Amino acid sequence: MFLGLVVSVGAMCGISTVLALIMVAAESTIGNYGDVKVSINDGEKEIDARGGKPLLTTLKEGKVFIPSACGGRGSCGLCKCKVKSGAGEVLPTELPWLSDEERKDHVRLSCQLKVKADMDVEIEPELLYVREFRTTVVGLDDLTHDIKQLTLKLEEPDTIDYKAGQFVQIETPEYELTDEPVYRAYSMSSVPSNKHEIEMEVRLVPDGICTTYVHNHLKVGDTMTVNGPYGDFKLSNTDKDMICIAGGSGMAPLKSILYNMREKDIKRKATYFFGAKSKRDLFLLDEMKQLEKDLHDFRFIPALSEPQDDDHWEGETGLITEVVDRHTDDLSNSEAYLCGSPLMIDACIVVLKDHGMPEENIFYDKFA
Amino acid sequence: MEGMTGLIAIFFSAIFTNNILLTNYLGMCSFLGVSKEVKTSMGLGAAVIFVMTTTSVLNWLVYYHILVPLNLENFRFIVFIIVIAAFVQIVEMIIERVSEPLYNALGIFLPLITVNCAILGVSLFMLIREYTFAESFFYGIGSGIGWFLAILAMAGIRQNMKRSKIPKGLEGAGITLIIAGIMALAFMGFSGVLNIQ
Repeated sequence: MFLGLVVSVGAMCGISTVLALIMVAAESTIGNYGDVKVSINDGEKEIDARGGKPLLTTLKEGKVFIPSACGGRGSCGLCKCKVKSGAGEVLPTELPWLSDEERKDHVRLSCQLKVKADMDVEIEPELLYVREFRTTVVGLDDLTHDIKQLTLKLEEPDTIDYKAGQFVQIETPEYELTDEPVYRAYSMSSVPSNKHEIEMEVRLVPDGICTTYVHNHLKVGDTMTVNGPYGDFKLSNTDKDMICIAGGSGMAPLKSILYNMREKDIKRKATYFFGAKSKRDLFLLDEMKQLEKDLHDFRFIPALSEPQDDDHWEGETGLITEVVDRHTDDLSNSEAYLCGSPLMIDACIVVLKDHGMPEENIFYDKFA
Repeated sequence: MEGMTGLIAIFFSAIFTNNILLTNYLGMCSFLGVSKEVKTSMGLGAAVIFVMTTTSVLNWLVYYHILVPLNLENFRFIVFIIVIAAFVQIVEMIIERVSEPLYNALGIFLPLITVNCAILGVSLFMLIREYTFAESFFYGIGSGIGWFLAILAMAGIRQNMKRSKIPKGLEGAGITLIIAGIMALAFMGFSGVLNIQ
């Protein structure tokens, strides 16, 4: 009995060891392609790795994460990326997933393609910077009766690179309103030059899972997980006049963009229309006034749609679309930056187009 | 059945009457996943023929010359799996190194079928049916060809089906499984022509 046990264990170990040794020997002789360099997006990031592994794995080891659902078995077709040089012919396992256009465009399935030589690849730029961050809540301040400014200090990793106008997803852990973690996107209102802290504006939505959590459960000192940055809502590279339109917490990305303009000394003419119901929904008025002084040519135009009697409001009134309509002439050579509810954005796009603004000059972030 | 006729019977029954895919329904995941195009499925089918043949022979040797003398028959599942995995891995590496065209046509499919249950199934069936070395070889190659034919037929059908209107709920795996079922029925027509255990 005992002898049998020893023999079984010994034999199994023996067989496994022999096979493992053969594998190791094969790996270091036949499977050895030397060191390779993978250059991403024209050298924006470079990964030094040992050749012979699939591109997807090589990128993962270099901390670049391409979405993939099947784990590299070539059955989901998600891990596509453009390979400009260093790849051989398209493999038959990739064919079912690539359209003719993609094939012409050198798009490959990164889990099937092995890195055997130096490679030049192109991936969505935002994928290059997406990370998961562990953060601590350092600020939770009321901006209005239903909007809170949430400030997070990054712990691990402790720095973030992003462009003004981009957003992050924040994770709401399980609590009474949800059985599983949920993710919601929030634009950052902070300036990108501050790499250690990010700031968001969260408006309380009745029964909103994430907003209720932030407003009623979260406390300063709590830990929070966020991932990002995402999004292509950011300042364009032109010097066209800017029309900014926002409502409620849509202030966040525009604040980031405007503060960034001040910091970088960007001298573009900008007009910012901010829509709110009544005076108690307005916030950051002093900051905006300061920006009017600091920026080259900037006007902040808040407008109330339902001013209360005790508001003593002397500024603009009416729907934000009406206010924009009144204050603008020909916009064919201007750009627009919109952030707010889908309803507001769609209405604004109509008004802007009426004023001659080409559709490709209108940038927006819709938050439902 | 003795001698040559026995071997031929095993060979053909493995292809038609006892087709591993259509009668045992083994190896379904790559069958469903890689049967969208004829060209791709031919490569996969060829790889399956090669791996089934070589691993059935290899596992026969391992079983009767290592496991049986050591009384380790109970470990056959684990041992077969790691033998298959290691062997396929090494073959893939060699092909990749020596010939790019061959790798593109065949080698690329090898990792997809390392853990294919049809491969392990062949090794286990040959033990249950107490095949000799030569019989195992013919059974392995026959099963491989059977699998090859099945996936080729499926790919041909699916390629022709691209333009047909399929009810929304049946698109993809749904219609493919129905076709596989009908193909299995068609292959049943062969039963009785040849019989193996």
